[in-house]
Amino acid sequence: MTAIEATDAYTGPASRAAVIVRRHTGLALTLLAPSLVFLVLFTYWPIVQVALDAATLTTFGSKSVSYGFGNFARLFGDPAFAHAVSNNLIYAVGTVVPSIALALALALGLEEATGIATTIRTVVFFPVLIPLVAAAALFLFVFLPGIGLLDHHLAKLGAPRTNWLGDPDVALWSLIGLTVWKNAAYYMLFFLAGLQSIPADLYEASRIEGASAMQRFVRVTLPLLGPTFAFVVVIALVNVVTQVDHVVVLTKGGPSDSTNLVLYYIYQQAHENYDTGKAAAATVVSLTALAALSVLSLRTLERAVHYET
Amino acid sequence: MNRRTHPLVAAIETAFAWALGLAWLAPLLYAVWTAFHPPAFATRFDLGAPLTLENFHRAWEAAPFARYFLNTVVIVALIVASQIVLGTLAAFALARFTFRGRDLLFAVILLQLMIAPEILAVANYRTMKALGAVDTIWGIVLPYLTSAFGIFLLRQTFRTVPQDLEDAARIEGCGTLGVLWRVYVPAARPVHLAYGLVQASWHWNNFLWPLIITNSVENRPLTVGLSVFASVDQGIDWSVITAATLMTSAPLLLAFLVFQRRFVQSFMSAGLR
Repeated sequence: MTAIEATDAYTGPASRAAVIVRRHTGLALTLLAPSLVFLVLFTYWPIVQVALDAATLTTFGSKSVSYGFGNFARLFGDPAFAHAVSNNLIYAVGTVVPSIALALALALGLEEATGIATTIRTVVFFPVLIPLVAAAALFLFVFLPGIGLLDHHLAKLGAPRTNWLGDPDVALWSLIGLTVWKNAAYYMLFFLAGLQSIPADLYEASRIEGASAMQRFVRVTLPLLGPTFAFVVVIALVNVVTQVDHVVVLTKGGPSDSTNLVLYYIYQQAHENYDTGKAAAATVVSLTALAALSVLSLRTLERAVHYET
Repeated sequence: MNRRTHPLVAAIETAFAWALGLAWLAPLLYAVWTAFHPPAFATRFDLGAPLTLENFHRAWEAAPFARYFLNTVVIVALIVASQIVLGTLAAFALARFTFRGRDLLFAVILLQLMIAPEILAVANYRTMKALGAVDTIWGIVLPYLTSAFGIFLLRQTFRTVPQDLEDAARIEGCGTLGVLWRVYVPAARPVHLAYGLVQASWHWNNFLWPLIITNSVENRPLTVGLSVFASVDQGIDWSVITAATLMTSAPLLLAFLVFQRRFVQSFMSAGLR
């Protein structure tokens, strides 16, 4: 922020035209108004509503309403919610770590824009572009026990058949595999951009000082990719909290809640069990997690912007 | 940048990259195979298998995909246009005006950055009910008409426009809105394009909110249509399901192949950064 303010102070007094513009507070608010109306209606007001719902306690058959933490007590007492949270944590670590490792490996391997590298970049980017729903529909067949793409080829290696989506111990990992397949190349783009921004003379200097390839990677590449890592981790985590399309299409949270994620749990409570209080309480929990993430991401966003300019 | 020297390392890397690329592509290659061959060859790889468009024809007949396509195009167009227009206006106000509470307002707008409308679906559903917008295209579109990220991105862009350009335009008689139109909008054209492309592909693929807010064929977008199609209607007719899946994804994949460089640059510069 400070850098930006400093720019203002520099250009501000120098230009009389700018001073005139700055008196037009009314015009500024008019320009902002349409955006603010939509933000208030569909982001801020719903947050207030959800907080109110979460605190509102109704008794079946009576009109009287009281307020308290009863919904949260019910939520935290619900084993299905605990299950969804623990699934979500496994899903977070299981998707974020491998997809980022893969993304970095791909970026390092495909950095040079040779013919082959460009082709493979294109190929691995396809999954990013197809809808998650479409990816899930394709993986219905990949995961089909016995004759599906996975089992068909694993059988050739002598592996036993697996019920990829029907076995509670395996199903969540199948969804994790699908998610890594879908997102890794997206994160690769950011690493490619990060690699390009590392000055070549740093490598040159470390080479002259006799650093090995491994040393150069650990001492130069990794530290300078720091902001990229921070940024990619944040978007990957946001994806973990906000994307359940594949759960809807492939497993509906089953078998026996083994693939239920928090957002799908909220959806179930609201649209299948009509339990507004519990759904709202779970939403508040999710929002808190996202708020923590956005504090993190604002920092990285700001840093990324400064880094760039 | 010749960081890797050993030719053996390079060869292994190349081989590994090819293997990975192929493994990555396998589900899509399989889908293409199944969709373009008769169902009898769905699980059988035979180079002599006859090519056919029959699966696409059957998918197209079995569900109102034309309607789904139209809905998706309308939804994407409305959202992208609105986000760019409203975002430009708001970003201009935040970047080039000083007024009391500006920074606070900007901070409040940024709050929305991480709050995906999906999370607030329960409350938004109620609002749509009050507005009579349940099961309409408007119901799908409304929560997305403005985006904090778009405002943020454009504000950063406008900040980099030299003040001299604005002054010159003013001397030539441009009013404030004239300056916006003549100076800032042209300067932001690459950002508009990149942001528009990313948002278009995001909303083409969006699923959960449209699923919640629609319940009739007339208003469903492609993604919701596909999920209905792939679950109940078809049993396990893979040929038709993969044909439908490819149809749904084709426009973006084709656009990507044609405008590859532009796509990649857009995702790098505006893919939520």
